[in-house]
Amino acid sequence: MRPRLLITVMVAACLGAGALLAQDAPRLRGPEPFTQEQAAPPMQRAVTNDVRVRRNYPDQPPLIPHAVEGYALDLNANKCMSCHARRFTEQSQAPMISVTHYQDREGNTLGGLAPRRYACMACHVPQTEARPLVENRFIDMDVLTEPERHPGGRSNR
Amino acid sequence: MDLSRRDVMKAQAAAAAAAAANVALPAQAQNINVGDELRLKWDKAPCRFCGTGCGVMVGVKDGRVVATHGDMRAEVNRGLNCVKGYFLSKIMYGADRLTRPLMRMRNGRFDKEGELQPVSWDAAFDTMAAHWKKILREKGPEAIGMFGSGQWTMFEGYAASKLMRAGFRSNNLDPNARHCMASAAVTFIRTFGSDEPMGCYDDFENADAFVLWGSNMAEMHPILWTRITDRRLSREHVRIHTLSTYEHRTTDLSDAGLIFKPGSDLAILNYIANHIIRTGAVNREFVEKHVNFRLANTDIGYGLRPDHTLELRAQHANDAAVSHASDFDAYARLMSEYTLDRAHELSGVPKSQLEALARLYADPKTKVMSLWTMGFNQHVRGVWANHMIYNIHLLTGKISEPGNGPFSLTGQPSACGTAREVGCFAHRLPADMQVANPDHRKLVEEIWKLPSGLLPAKVGYHAVQQDRMLKDGKLNAYWIMCNNNLQTAPNTNNETYPGYRNPANLIVCSDPYPTVTAMAADIVLPTAMWVEKEGAYGNAERRTQFWRQLVDAPGEARSDLWQLMEFSKRFTTDEVWPAEILAASPEYRGKTLFDVIFRNGQVDSFPLSELSPAHNNQEAKHFGFYVQKGIWEEYIRCGAGHGHDYAPFDTYHEARGLRWPFVDGKETRWRYREGHDPYVEKGSGIQFYGNPDKRANLIGAPYEPPAETPDADYDMWLVTGRVLEHWHSGSMTLRVPELYKAFPGAVLFMHPEDAQRRGLHRGQEVRIVSRRGEIRSRVEIRGRNRMPRGVVFVPFFDASQLINKVTLDATDPISKQTDYKKCAVKIVALTTPASAPRPTAPDVRGAPR
Repeated sequence: MRPRLLITVMVAACLGAGALLAQDAPRLRGPEPFTQEQAAPPMQRAVTNDVRVRRNYPDQPPLIPHAVEGYALDLNANKCMSCHARRFTEQSQAPMISVTHYQDREGNTLGGLAPRRYACMACHVPQTEARPLVENRFIDMDVLTEPERHPGGRSNR
Repeated sequence: MDLSRRDVMKAQAAAAAAAAANVALPAQAQNINVGDELRLKWDKAPCRFCGTGCGVMVGVKDGRVVATHGDMRAEVNRGLNCVKGYFLSKIMYGADRLTRPLMRMRNGRFDKEGELQPVSWDAAFDTMAAHWKKILREKGPEAIGMFGSGQWTMFEGYAASKLMRAGFRSNNLDPNARHCMASAAVTFIRTFGSDEPMGCYDDFENADAFVLWGSNMAEMHPILWTRITDRRLSREHVRIHTLSTYEHRTTDLSDAGLIFKPGSDLAILNYIANHIIRTGAVNREFVEKHVNFRLANTDIGYGLRPDHTLELRAQHANDAAVSHASDFDAYARLMSEYTLDRAHELSGVPKSQLEALARLYADPKTKVMSLWTMGFNQHVRGVWANHMIYNIHLLTGKISEPGNGPFSLTGQPSACGTAREVGCFAHRLPADMQVANPDHRKLVEEIWKLPSGLLPAKVGYHAVQQDRMLKDGKLNAYWIMCNNNLQTAPNTNNETYPGYRNPANLIVCSDPYPTVTAMAADIVLPTAMWVEKEGAYGNAERRTQFWRQLVDAPGEARSDLWQLMEFSKRFTTDEVWPAEILAASPEYRGKTLFDVIFRNGQVDSFPLSELSPAHNNQEAKHFGFYVQKGIWEEYIRCGAGHGHDYAPFDTYHEARGLRWPFVDGKETRWRYREGHDPYVEKGSGIQFYGNPDKRANLIGAPYEPPAETPDADYDMWLVTGRVLEHWHSGSMTLRVPELYKAFPGAVLFMHPEDAQRRGLHRGQEVRIVSRRGEIRSRVEIRGRNRMPRGVVFVPFFDASQLINKVTLDATDPISKQTDYKKCAVKIVALTTPASAPRPTAPDVRGAPR
């Protein structure tokens, strides 16, 4: 019933070559045609390499480079703080929670993690090994500032 | 693009040497930037996602958004954002942004069976206008429709409402917010005579207890959840009770998690009312002075097609909204059926938990804030459920004061501002006015400077009805803006997709990205998004927030506002208005709809000189006047003087949002309460002045079962919903690599024993099958959601797992909001032979097997 689309025409004319990266692009646009049944891609493995990922901009919450499965985050325990609290960072070698996390809603600096920051994973998320569905052309401010040092950066828009 | 490690080392070595020698190196030789290079241009904007309305600071450099962070000065969030909000910087930069209009073509001309190809805006609009005119000529205004959005800016919603109602004379305009909070909006009007909460977010810092009804705020309203957890962890006496059909991150951080059987929340609510009455906890004085008692019509059907068995069987399917005046005793008799035993039997919740919850509400010293969103509103008895919460707060008088009150959350950034306040529903006009009310139409005609009698009185097609009418060929010219309905409507294979591909219909979709809906449309219009335009959103606490255009949209992408206004130029009044109206008001003859709607001496009354010199404004520069300001100043006249007052336009560009009614330079935090709300008369304490008698309507209703319940063939409850990392259908968040990689695809959350019983293991591919359709997914028995036996959860963001092929298009018969939380499915391993029974036509509860 629904005509097949010329994806190649779309890509060349409107989207820029190479925009679609992964094979499971139906995750963005749905099956083709709509009524067709779609196989479910396999579940992705968690990234657990402990390698810090550069932030896109200073206020971006750092991503979690380790497994968090089964982490308790309830009224009795906050598993994240058993490594990221100031007093545990020497033994854990984990980054200390940001100094912003000591401030309450009124801007007072507290002696520990502010309760409003308790739900760590509202902002910090772990990653899987999934390949992005589509390229994102966000440009890092450093690339805009220093195009000559980043020959691939600016012209690559 | 990266500096090599060697380059960095060299630069650092040079800098160290220079520092030692006390000489300054030229800028390009330094390893850090200095001076102007560092400067970013910062402006405020509300977040693009949920109805919380967090303030965001947006950093721009060279015409690109390069950074965002939580706005410290924003009252809502005071510097915090959730992970989606923190990644707003990247939502506009998916490489597959639409930058040119697309149209289905064959042999160089439009053909519904052709392929989408780039065309000019003129070609797209010409094709649309020709079809619109043909349909208007042949079938009239009722065959024209538009599906809009709680993500439209208020200006866009207003322009759409004027174009549809005044231009094309059709009320077939509905927002996707219908699927989201229509039950809440309708019940506010039924109870208080005025939409939207009486309280505000300040209640979070004043309540002693929070009761969450079907809401997983930790994932869906994370920043408001920080305000609740802040309160809970800062004050020892504070308690959180969360009711849900499964356990999740919110129940993890609650004092009590009450896991109930789908639909049985009605019984729990009535049990609480019964407990309050039985234990003498009714606030008699409050009730006598401020409350009317009414009883609802019962057995009201399920909002399915009228020939459905369940509708034919229902006694009051056709007058579901009717209620009858009653008294306290009759209401108390109805409630007395809901004993602790009965509530426990129906809900499966332990009696101790039910009693503890009821005591919380009954205790006059405990200030209780009740919260809910889609888990509650997406309910075949969603209006009743909303009533039942108000009933509890009204019985105890716990309302309209700091810390005490029922609070309906919203899922979209301007569900309140645009869909409700501006009035984008099929039955509404601005400021709570109704299309069916002749006085309201007359007032709006005057403000809009339209000929008398122009506005249509007939309530238009609501969301689900629009899909049905497209399929049935009664709605033929259809514009979808700012939503992804083919992914999010219910029962899409049978009720949505057929209408889009119906040869009689022209389907237009405006979107920034090629969504499922766009790919099924006949014409796709590329749309400017978020800070690519000047905008206004209204959040769940009545806070109106403005932002400027901060960057330009890519290519030929244009805002919905530009699209609506530009399209209106292609019609003259003679083509679309009845001859008798033009005969009575000949001065409107020969004008375009653009002239009478936007060049009406009001919308066009602010010159370009009033624009901010530091910002672009694409629409204003194109049309030659400050469009947004003109729309605002005309719009706010609709609500002025009757409880819906806003501030003047420029005020909002300065403030971090203001909560209406805004009177004498002051916002209102608690409506209906003397001392807080200027509309309440001195000495009265409380006045629910939305109703003529200034009293609230307490409307009693019973428990009634869901439309479809698991049975031997389809043995599991299916609940659909969202996850923290993706917003609704995922069209923005799936294009942010970090968010995608955090939660890359939908999964089927189920209880380990349910999996084991079917021989399924984690990660295995399965079919999720209902009587309407099926999809494939992967089994998840661990992770953030823990399901009880017999219930599965599937999020709807993943377009490769379109769970709405499986859901049921049952709605609340009063609010017409879809129930996405309750239908019956079976879970089958993919390896099952193909001879397994195929899903057939929609079946009914209790139908012969």
